[in-house]
Amino acid sequence: MEPVTASLEVSGLAFAYPDGHQALFGVDFSIARGERVALLGPNGAGKTTLVLHLNGILTGGTGTVTVAGLPVGKQHMAEIRRRVGIVFQDPDDQLFMPTVREDVAFGPAAAGLKGAELEERVDRALALVGMREFKDRPPHHLSFGQRRRVAVATVLAMEPEILVLDEPSSNLDPASRRELADILRSLDVTVLMVTHDLPYALELCPRSLVLSEGVIAADGRTADLLGDEELMRAHRLELPFGFDPRSVRMGA
Amino acid sequence: MHVPDGFIDAPTSAVTGVVAAGAIAVSLRGARRELDERTAPLAGLVAAFIFAVQMLNFPVAAGTSGHLLGGALAAILVGPFTGVLCVSVVLLMQGILFADGGLTALGVNITDMAIVTTVVAYALFRGLVKLLPRTRRSVTVASFVAALVSVPAAALAFTLLYWIGGTTDVAIGKVATAMVGVHVLIGIGEAAITALTVGAVIAVRPDLVYGARGLTQKLKLRVGGELVDAPDEEPAPAAARSHRALWITGLVTSLVLAGFVSFYASADPDGLEKVAADKGIDKKTEEHASADSPLADYGVEDVTDARLSGGLAGVIGVGVTVVAGSAVFWAVRRRRSEDTSPAHTDTAV
Amino acid sequence: MGAGHAHRLYRHGHSPVHGLPPHTKIAATFAFVIVVVSTPREAMWAFGLYALLLAAVAYAARVPAGFLLKRLLIEVPFVAFAVLMPFVAEGERVEVLGMSLSVGGLWGAWNVLAKGTLGVAASVLLASTTELRELLLGLQRLRLPPLLVQIASFMIRYGDVITDEMRRMRIARESRGFEAKGIRHWGVLAKSAGALFIRSYERGERVHLAMVSRGYAGSMPVIDEVTASRAQWSYALALPAAALVVCLLGWSL
Repeated sequence: MEPVTASLEVSGLAFAYPDGHQALFGVDFSIARGERVALLGPNGAGKTTLVLHLNGILTGGTGTVTVAGLPVGKQHMAEIRRRVGIVFQDPDDQLFMPTVREDVAFGPAAAGLKGAELEERVDRALALVGMREFKDRPPHHLSFGQRRRVAVATVLAMEPEILVLDEPSSNLDPASRRELADILRSLDVTVLMVTHDLPYALELCPRSLVLSEGVIAADGRTADLLGDEELMRAHRLELPFGFDPRSVRMGA
Repeated sequence: MHVPDGFIDAPTSAVTGVVAAGAIAVSLRGARRELDERTAPLAGLVAAFIFAVQMLNFPVAAGTSGHLLGGALAAILVGPFTGVLCVSVVLLMQGILFADGGLTALGVNITDMAIVTTVVAYALFRGLVKLLPRTRRSVTVASFVAALVSVPAAALAFTLLYWIGGTTDVAIGKVATAMVGVHVLIGIGEAAITALTVGAVIAVRPDLVYGARGLTQKLKLRVGGELVDAPDEEPAPAAARSHRALWITGLVTSLVLAGFVSFYASADPDGLEKVAADKGIDKKTEEHASADSPLADYGVEDVTDARLSGGLAGVIGVGVTVVAGSAVFWAVRRRRSEDTSPAHTDTAV
Repeated sequence: MGAGHAHRLYRHGHSPVHGLPPHTKIAATFAFVIVVVSTPREAMWAFGLYALLLAAVAYAARVPAGFLLKRLLIEVPFVAFAVLMPFVAEGERVEVLGMSLSVGGLWGAWNVLAKGTLGVAASVLLASTTELRELLLGLQRLRLPPLLVQIASFMIRYGDVITDEMRRMRIARESRGFEAKGIRHWGVLAKSAGALFIRSYERGERVHLAMVSRGYAGSMPVIDEVTASRAQWSYALALPAAALVVCLLGWSL
């Protein structure tokens, strides 16, 4: 891979919540443009806290986050938030508008898009996730898998530099899970996928980071990391019963 | 007590409409102070919570149940401004979506159920919290008292509005006694649930209880084994801190005034018994009917005992005085803040 | 009241009334109710005419009479109050069927019943012909403060979600053999309410994060605007205008 400007660069990031609980203890990593990377870690490792730093929702700790060369900070907040698209774990949190169309339009409209251009952007984003015919439905009338896809569309509509997904496979039935994987593979953006669904990480992301106790404990090829039993055990990462990462042959 | 159209005459409805609009305008600004830019989603979710909790039936005695009004709970959990806003939005939506409460009576309903309950409850709550020792138990006790008084205070406010703009000539003493009598009982249920709910939230997320915001400690971050100070956050708006003396004076004054009110009230003993005896109607029916509120199914027996009326009037007196006092307090505070910020534009609703 | 709140009034349809822009309908309903409330109660025939006007709207909107009448039940507590008025009100009295009734009280009862019923009927017609979403757009168009509209819109979006959470918590309680039977169980209910509050508040915070992540900076972007032509306005305002004529006649006759 050529050393172009990284999509995302995190260095020395440390953070504690107002109640005194420290979640991050100095996190460093970098993701190149177009990469698909999984961020693995047990519950409470600080994954969500890290995600909230990527677009400047949480600030006030030490260290820096840079998105495509732009430091995350007060001056460029609007631009940063357009560039970093976060898909949250619960689609009900993400879909807060009364209809699918308005929800997908929310981000681009907040960025100043109007009229036909806005409509076109909404249609394109919904088409990418195969949800175009649900445009005028209220979100709570959709199935969980459909809501997750619309949630992805709401972020894609902003044409982000990097797509950050928080537990994208949680609560999905196997068919929805595969559909989402197909969608993610078809997209031409940098992806950071936060998950403890290890087979899903292996299926989608060539590279993985292990976040444990607030620091990056490992960084390497997903297959290698998942194959390292000692590493996995040390960080409370467990493969599903009968799943052997060495036996999986990666396709595309 | 969702009042329908035609219950209160047009001029009074219009005036309460203006009062409600003004209070909402003030609350919108106040809520922004309480919740900053998170106002819309947080107040919206809290409104949804109040809406849901109003459906939570709690059993009172054999076969009967009541449900929460939520004004006091909202004020204590999220602050008075946000509380007024949330309950008002619930009322507005109930009026428009469910035809519950008349459209022209929106002003009356908001004034009565959103503003009076919330303001009385919060004023009383803050006063008590200032006076009692700084413990969680005090917060629970204060919530109980605040919620207890807020319900009959709303009933009294309703009576007052009915007195001013009622479309039927009913002896106001009777209405007041009946309304307040019933609502004191309702208030006990409201108080218990409110106090227990606030207690339950404090036990798990004390930081979420607006009325119990306490001290915060300086943060330390551990980076590579070294302790580093976290950058300072913006200082929280230091509102209502040095007002302890004011609160105490206010509360004492309220109590003294309440004494007068109860004295006055007991000098005029027209209880329901008299009506019932004269007109030959069962007083229980009467009580029940005037308790038009959803909580009306409490076991309401022997409330309107004449001996009680003095005490009740006392409790109500405190409530009303606290409202009046807070209004003055706010007015003074607002004027002061307006003095300091001349570039201040007031957009009414 | 009570659990009745969960029932949505909207009836899907394509009638001319459904098709009117929401703000014209809200304004018309509001104006109509104001006119009704300011009609002198002695003009009993006027209220009959108002009822006919609403019946005409209901017919145009294809809202069945049964649906409308059923929703009028929401008024029952106040009907009880109204029924008592003739017994307790002051003033001149008449003998009816051996009972001594107050004349003022009878008028008062009539006043509340007539105006209250017409008010509820008008609101029901509005709610049954206008979608939630549209009502919010209409309120926004009528210059309700945007923040208030946003709060209302979040309340509606998450009302079901939170009510569902509450229902799940109740099922969880009941499947562990708990049944709320009396004062002893208030504590358990309050714990549920407390948990529900925490969940609601935290969801509010997460929703805020999701909004901020998509560029929210304090004000909602305008995505939809509703507009009404002059014809639509005059169509909608025909109802209050007709009512106003009736009202003026009521005052002068």
